[in-house]
Amino acid sequence: MSKFNKNKEKATPQVSTASLPDIVFMLLFFFMVSTVMREVDLKIVMQSPEATEIKKLENKNLVNYIYIGSPLETKIYGTTPRIQLDDAFANVKDVQPYIETKRSEVNEAEIPLLTTSLKVDGDTEMGIVTDVKQELRKAQALKISYSTREKVVKQ
Amino acid sequence: MAGKNAPPEINASSMADIAFLLLVFFLVTTTMDTDLGLSRLLPPPLPEDMPKPPEIKQRNIFEVLVNSNDQLLVEGEIMQVAELTEAAKEFIANPNDDVKLPAKILKEVDFFGNVEVSKQVISLQNDNGTSYNMYIQVQNELARAYNELRNELAMEKFGKTYDYFLETKDKDKVKAIRKIYPQRISEAEPKNVGGAQ
Repeated sequence: MSKFNKNKEKATPQVSTASLPDIVFMLLFFFMVSTVMREVDLKIVMQSPEATEIKKLENKNLVNYIYIGSPLETKIYGTTPRIQLDDAFANVKDVQPYIETKRSEVNEAEIPLLTTSLKVDGDTEMGIVTDVKQELRKAQALKISYSTREKVVKQ
Repeated sequence: MAGKNAPPEINASSMADIAFLLLVFFLVTTTMDTDLGLSRLLPPPLPEDMPKPPEIKQRNIFEVLVNSNDQLLVEGEIMQVAELTEAAKEFIANPNDDVKLPAKILKEVDFFGNVEVSKQVISLQNDNGTSYNMYIQVQNELARAYNELRNELAMEKFGKTYDYFLETKDKDKVKAIRKIYPQRISEAEPKNVGGAQ
């Protein structure tokens, strides 16, 4: 009986994979907790402008989104900026009913907290944005937020 | 060996695969981006039979115009966006009591006592052809003017910045500071001279 087995080539110890499920589950829970479900498929080009004086939008359940920008599929829809509500293109006139349906979906106490986030492409002209803002005023959805990216300030 | 009391072991080697599958599903269907933005409050719609609002004196208005070529005209002078914050700050605070800059009235404010508050209003007008980028930049610079003034004031009085009070939700102090430098940005109906559709 040799106490010290010198024949090492034969026995390479196997890496135990027993903890692999645990690791993956940990990752899974991390992503489940820290992310939110994707809301819509963007049909427009969205390159939001940059700003420094920005605030975080607090309660995501109480935010309605309005997307404005040139369509992605220019062959079908042309290049004029369009409004997107949920998953479809819409007209300026559809904004008011859209806000009203969204409003009916939340608690009455939460209605004053509803915010409309305008996600507008930087190259859009202001005309269409102003039209949407006028519609929002008519719908009494006065709290708005111009969605922007954070600008990195060079010191 | 395997008696009645020992149930057969479940093979757990596919557990990792199942977990990976779930993980990939969540990676694909969710997003992580936090929503950031400039918050504004729109004015409520006006009733049709509304009486005309009282005229605001010219000295109290800071006129900012943006045309369809994204050029800036501030108080009748052409200006770059980078200079806007300083100009707005000087207008809002009116530190030397210039007669051309806004008038001040005495107001009682918590923590501060009687303070002279300027009657400033910033009037912003853009063209239908102004790009959204430019509009946001102008809005951002104006907001920065207010925030910097508020920070300076809070620093002077409490030794801490205004942002600090916002973060710690010290509502009384935030309210007091806001009362001295209220954010008044009025947006006029846009013009359409740039030939935008």
